[in-house]
Amino acid sequence: MKPPSSIDASPYTDATQRSVAQHLGMWTFLATEILFFGGLFACYAIYRHTYPEAFAAGSARMDFWIGTLNTGVLLTSSLFMAFADHAVKLGRRETLRRCLAAVWLLGVIFLGLKFYEYHQKFVEHLVPGAGFHPDGGAAPPEQLFFVLYFAMTGLHALHMMIGLGVITWLFVRASRGTLTADRPAPVEMTGLYWHFVDCVWVFLYPLLYLVR
Amino acid sequence: MNAHPSSPSPKVLTLVFAALLGLLALSAASSRVITGPWGSALGLFLAVVKTTLIFVFFMRLRYQTGLVRLFAVAGFFWLSLIGLLTFADYLTRG
Repeated sequence: MKPPSSIDASPYTDATQRSVAQHLGMWTFLATEILFFGGLFACYAIYRHTYPEAFAAGSARMDFWIGTLNTGVLLTSSLFMAFADHAVKLGRRETLRRCLAAVWLLGVIFLGLKFYEYHQKFVEHLVPGAGFHPDGGAAPPEQLFFVLYFAMTGLHALHMMIGLGVITWLFVRASRGTLTADRPAPVEMTGLYWHFVDCVWVFLYPLLYLVR
Repeated sequence: MNAHPSSPSPKVLTLVFAALLGLLALSAASSRVITGPWGSALGLFLAVVKTTLIFVFFMRLRYQTGLVRLFAVAGFFWLSLIGLLTFADYLTRG
């Protein structure tokens, strides 16, 4: 009888089946994420439908250029994430490390610009609550736009921070050489998550910055 | 050693990225020209096109089995039910 340590505990017949199972699991998680953000998008749709003028007025106070630049920053980070995925499958450790570092840096730039925007909103009295009084007192519906702005971009930024944490972990593993071509799942799955969070922003951009 | 057969080449990825930046420029520019409901509709349409490119190439649905693709669109199916039932209520209130 074989000792327990030699038993192959893998439930998969081959690497392809394992890969499909990993992708199904990740896409199931992403479906729950679509619905998680979906609740906020539905809330946005209801209030925008009810108060169209207030939403246009709120959106006009957004920083168009920072919003546009940040969208470009995220799309570029996604390109490097896709390159990282390519590199791990070729077993190119140094390329993988560089790509992960680029994704991390672009993510930090995005959050830096985002928090600069939050600061600006605070200075301009656009943070919902007792201190909300742009131009010495705007109509309450415009405050709803800013509630949703902070809730939606805040939840998105939280996802970015989690992503940056995971990418840091991947970078350490890549540096130690424990990310190999025969086991690309950690990079692949992190990539799916990162691209998904990018897609959420792709929708936030026209809904928050481009309403006219 | 060749790349994993189920992933796009760096050339394809770069072309998709260029298309995404082009679409971003189009979103930004069109929002300054076309305003009102049509401007919003165009903005959302361009977001859908960008997301489709990201899903198909960056998230590699083009290279996946039908089952994985089905799981990927399932979330949007449920989201469409949220939208449909929500507005079936809000649009028919007296």
